[in-house]
Order: sequence, then structure tokens, then C-alpha cells
Amino acid sequence: MKRETLSHLLRWLGPFLALALACLLFTTLLPGQFLSAYNLKTIATQTVIVGLSAIGMTFVIVSGGIDLSVGSNIALSSVVTALILRADGSAPLALCGGMAAGLVLGSINGALITRLAIVPFIVTLGSMGLARGLAKYLAGEQKIDAPARGLQALMAKSPDPPWLLLSPGVWLLLAAGILAAFVLARSVFGVHAVAIGSNEATARLCGIRVERRKLGIYTLCGACAGLAGSLQFARLTVGDPTTALGKELDVIAAVVIGGGSLAGGSGSILGSLIGAFLMTVLANGCTLLGVPNYVQEMLVGAIIIAAVALDRLRSSHGGGPRS
Amino acid sequence: MIYQELSLAPDLSVEQNITLGAEPARWGLIDRRAVRERVQRALRELDHEQLWPERKVLELGPSARQLVEIARALVSDAQLLVLDEPTSSLTQQEVTRLFAIIERLRARGVAVIYISHVLEELERIADRYTVLRDGRSIRSGRMGDVTRAALVEAMVGRELAEVYPQIARERGEPLLELESLAGKLLPRSASLTLHRGEVLGIAGLIGAGRSELLRALFGLDAVTSGSVRVRGLVDTGLPPWRRLAQGLGMVSEQRKEEGLWLELPVRDNLTMPALARCARLGMVDRAAQLDLTVRQLAKLNMSDALALRSAGTLSGGNQQKLALARLLCCDADVLLLDEPTRGIDVGSKAEIYRLIGELARAGKAVLLVSSYLPELLGTCDRIAVMRRGQLGAARPARELNEAELLREAIGEA
Repeated sequence: MKRETLSHLLRWLGPFLALALACLLFTTLLPGQFLSAYNLKTIATQTVIVGLSAIGMTFVIVSGGIDLSVGSNIALSSVVTALILRADGSAPLALCGGMAAGLVLGSINGALITRLAIVPFIVTLGSMGLARGLAKYLAGEQKIDAPARGLQALMAKSPDPPWLLLSPGVWLLLAAGILAAFVLARSVFGVHAVAIGSNEATARLCGIRVERRKLGIYTLCGACAGLAGSLQFARLTVGDPTTALGKELDVIAAVVIGGGSLAGGSGSILGSLIGAFLMTVLANGCTLLGVPNYVQEMLVGAIIIAAVALDRLRSSHGGGPRS
Repeated sequence: MIYQELSLAPDLSVEQNITLGAEPARWGLIDRRAVRERVQRALRELDHEQLWPERKVLELGPSARQLVEIARALVSDAQLLVLDEPTSSLTQQEVTRLFAIIERLRARGVAVIYISHVLEELERIADRYTVLRDGRSIRSGRMGDVTRAALVEAMVGRELAEVYPQIARERGEPLLELESLAGKLLPRSASLTLHRGEVLGIAGLIGAGRSELLRALFGLDAVTSGSVRVRGLVDTGLPPWRRLAQGLGMVSEQRKEEGLWLELPVRDNLTMPALARCARLGMVDRAAQLDLTVRQLAKLNMSDALALRSAGTLSGGNQQKLALARLLCCDADVLLLDEPTRGIDVGSKAEIYRLIGELARAGKAVLLVSSYLPELLGTCDRIAVMRRGQLGAARPARELNEAELLREAIGEA
């Protein structure tokens, strides 16, 4: 019992500690520069895209699945957002349109996974290509210039009413995070997601409508990526069909660093968000230090492996091997 | 070491499994001829040369898998063989064969530690015994010097007056009627009528299609023909969630693989099918959930301290009681129990028998699949025998005995 609470605590604290350590390191190496208000705002804003996507991905990974189409989804949604704006659509309409595009892509993923009974890895590997191609087709293989109509304010590092302190996108991320954390931990939907990831056969035996839940989970993941895509447009103010290439791996890494297990059954929204922040902090700190890009990539890779290794160590102390 | 839960690599062949980890090799390449030779020798020793060495283990039944495990021990020239509940997935006939093998190994000078709950087996096979309870050696000695009652007493720590409690109950209207139900492979044809207040047993050999019958009936496997009628309404081929809504509930034979979420707390394991009752506007009320858990645990004489422990940390007996408690939690009227007492201790078994009796008295209907004939004879009102996918007619249990059931299961007229 005691050991279980301890390992539980570690699971919560692990990502926190890593983030604190990284911040401490960069603060000492870059006195006055890393901890400046401007830089912190930059880090927060840079985390929004991966962070939002990681919220949806957490549900998918907790349920024992994976979604590789998130990066393409972001590109597709940002293109859709741009197209709506170019066709004289209003900013809220464009925002919703981008999110809807992601939602539809997610629900297609979910439908294929449940109807055809193909593993999520393969389905989303396929839809990753399909969505990327569709984005390029819609954009005519080039960046779409469109009037931002105020959308760019969502991702402005220094927000317009200055009392907001952080850009509206960051507040959106935090609000979505709190809501999602509550849903994952306390709603029937969230408990079922954990149940399916922990043991799908048991979930079926206990009358959980596994197919329906999975459809919902992938749709949610798609919607999160879609919203992230709209914000990607807000950040770049162009609809770029080649944006967010390989972003899905950053998103998955954030969830895994945050305690998510690809075997399903574990993961938390708070952890995933901390994982997302940790990766931005590393990127930001390394850039400020003038460390070359490749060192940064190696660092993130090492951290992913270390995070999972720590997790294994913990679970082998606690419960025993999982089959 | 032969484990209770079989530990083979299912995708590898029989011979690959037998030589796993000790493959005869030259320059890193497996010497196929030497492998074949060794495997043949081991299988010959077990008098099972007909076991095709190239078949994948996953295609084999439990008893053949066990043979593979024993053969693996032989190939490694084991001097000591530990068998942990080796018969839990074997039929009586297969047990007899296993015992012949053990006798032969003993004659060769191999020492055998045989761990079992089934005292009849120990009486047949063991020279000396020791009783372990709560991790301590309680009693040991020569098998010939001890009575079965004394062993049971040592195992339970208290005297068991009656292992199978007789609880008077009344048969009511039919709740579940099957007519020539057939699944993809098994069962081929099963017809039965289960009444309120009745415990109906299904006997048969492993692989006869008993579990498959329950699974098809509950919607876990596909139904290809025949009909299911619940409370008089025909509705064949419903998914499990609809069956649950109808008041059916199932305890899986595979406790660890399917029956429970081993990583999740007892609370979630217990209340998952009834989660909607503990929720408002889609949000789970943890207090209500815990309250429900504690109440259900109390009904089964289980400590409420278990509520937040993960199910995997519970003993086999408690896990099985938990699986049963879940059915009570979602108010199931028709309980489908697949080997509910496999591999659990005597005390928990007695508790489960008592529970089954009480549930039947309270007007539930129980369909009990078991390979342990005394248990079927002791707890059921009627028993039907399944043979090669065909379910025979149910007969009153008091008119039957072990030998008769076994004959019907094997197919000798």
C-alpha cells in the first residue's frame, strides 16, 4: 500500500522534477536571459501547438492506441483555416472550421480502427499520408496567404490587453488542460478510456461499448489537433500544407515523458502538458545558448528513453511485470 | 519448473518451445537435426511421439501444452520437477496420463514437488506432503498417515463442516432458453432452459466447447445459428453491453487475461458495469462509487481495506470473489460462471459455493461451467454434459455421479 502511494507520487513528480531541473540549469547558464518575462512568454506560446495536441493524444494513448496523423492533421486544419479566411469567412468561423476539419479526420481514424479492426498504428500511418496529401491538394501545393482578421492575436507573445500577461492561446491551452484533466480522471468517458487501455477484453466483458468509446477518443484527438492547426495558422498567418512535419512524434514524446504508457492504461493530462513544456524549454534554452540543433534533438531523444526507463523501473518495483 | 499458468511462447513450434534457451547450435545457427532428435527422445519418453513437433503451440490444447512444458524440463535433464497446479486445466483422463508420466519420471530418479489444491490427486501420487498456509509450513508427514479431513483442516485452519452447503431453493419461471445455439467453431448445438432459482451445471472435457457456449451466449463470440431467448424474448447475437442490460453477467475463465483489470483498483473493477449509477451528467461520483464498493465487499466477507488496492495484488481467491461481486454489483439475474473456482484456495472455494447457493435462493439463475465434477455434483440442481460441441440433456444432479458424467463426457455409451 505504502509502496503504491510512493510510486504514484513519483509518477506525478517525475516530469515535474525534470522540468524544474531543466529550468534551473538554463537559469544558471543564462542568467537574466532565460527567466526574463519575454522569454517565458515565448516558451509558453511555443508550447501551445504541441500541448493542445498532446491533450487529445493522452486520451488515445491511455486507451492503448496511437495517432500518427496528428502532424498532418495540424497542416490540413491550418490550410482549411486559411481557405475559410481567404473566402471572406470570419475569424471565429475559420477557427471552428479548422477544428472541424481535424475532428472529421479524427472520426475517420476512429471509424476505420473500429469498423475494419485494423491496429491504430497502421490506420493512422495511412491517414497521416492521406491528410498531408489532401492539405497539399487543397492548398495547390503552396502556402496560402490569407487575411488573418485578428486571429494572429491568439498567438501574439505579448497579448493585446496587456493584463492578460500571456497570449490568449496559452490561456486556451491551460483551460483545455484543466477541463481535459477533469474529464480523464472523473468522467465516465475518461474512466472507460483507462479501462479499455488497461485491458480491452475486460472492458468488453463488463459491457463497455469499446467501439463507440474509441470512436469518441480518436474524434477528440482529431479535434484537439484541428484546434492546434488553426492556432498554427494564427502563429504563421499563412496556411502551410508542409507545416508540422513529424510533429506527431513530439506530441507522442510529450505524453510518454509525462507518464503515458504505450501499452495503455496510464497517462495524465498534467504530465503530458509538463512533457510538452519540457521539450519547449529544452529547445528554447539550447537555442539561447547557441547549442546546435542536433544536440537538442539528441537531448530530447535521451530524455524520452530516460523517462520510459524510469517508468519501467518503478513499475517493476511496484506491481510486477505486466503481460 | 512447470507453472500453473502455462508459460510457453505461443507463436513458436512445439520443438522450438521444448529446446527454447538451450538450442543445440553450431556457429550461431540452430542444428535442426539435433533439435529434432532431442525432441523426439523427450516425447518418446513421455509416450507422446504423435505430438507433431512442427505445430505451433498456440494450436494446441492445454494438456498438450503441458506435455510440451514437461518435455522441456526433460530435455534440460532436470533432476527436480516442480509442478504448480498442473491439473487445473486438464480433464480427468488427461490427469491420469499425467500421473503415469510422473510415475515414470519418479522411477528414473527425478524428484517431484507437486503443488495442488486437489487432495484426491495428492492421495494418488504423493509419498510425502507438507501443508502451506499463509506462507508457513503447517503440517507435514507421510501421505499414508493422514486423512483427507485432517489435511483440509490444516489448509483452512478451521474445520470445514460441509464443503458444499445445501441451501434450499425454489425453481421459478424460465429466464434463459437456448435453442440449437452454434458459434463459429464451437459450440455446434446447444439447447437448454435455465430457470429462476436454479443452478445448472455444464460438464465436459476441455475443448468440448463449454466456454465457447458461454461466450457466444454473452455476445463475446459470434453466433452463427440457433436462438437465445431471455425472459421469453428472442434476441440472438446481442453484444455484451446489451446482455448486461438484460441482466446477464459473466465471470471469465481467464481471470488474469480477461476477468479483471489487474492494474486498476478493486473499486473500479467492481463498479465498472454499474458506473452509470455512480455518475451524474457523465461525471463519476467517487464517493458513491466507493460506497457501493464497500457494501459489495461486505456481502462477500471481504475487507473494505481492499477497495483501493489494485486487483493484481489480491490472492487468486479474492480475485475470483471480486469477479463474482461485480455481477452482483450490476444486479445480474442470470450468472454465467466459467470455472469460478479454478486455482483458488479451499476457503474461498467454500465461500463461492455458499454464494452460488444463496444467489439461487434469492431468485437468480446460475449457469456453472466446471471441470471439477464433485463441485458440479455438490452445487448444481441439474447438470448437462457437453461433448464435441453438442450439449446433452440436463438431468437432476442427485441422479448422477462422477463416473456417469465422465462416461458421457468421453462418449462411452
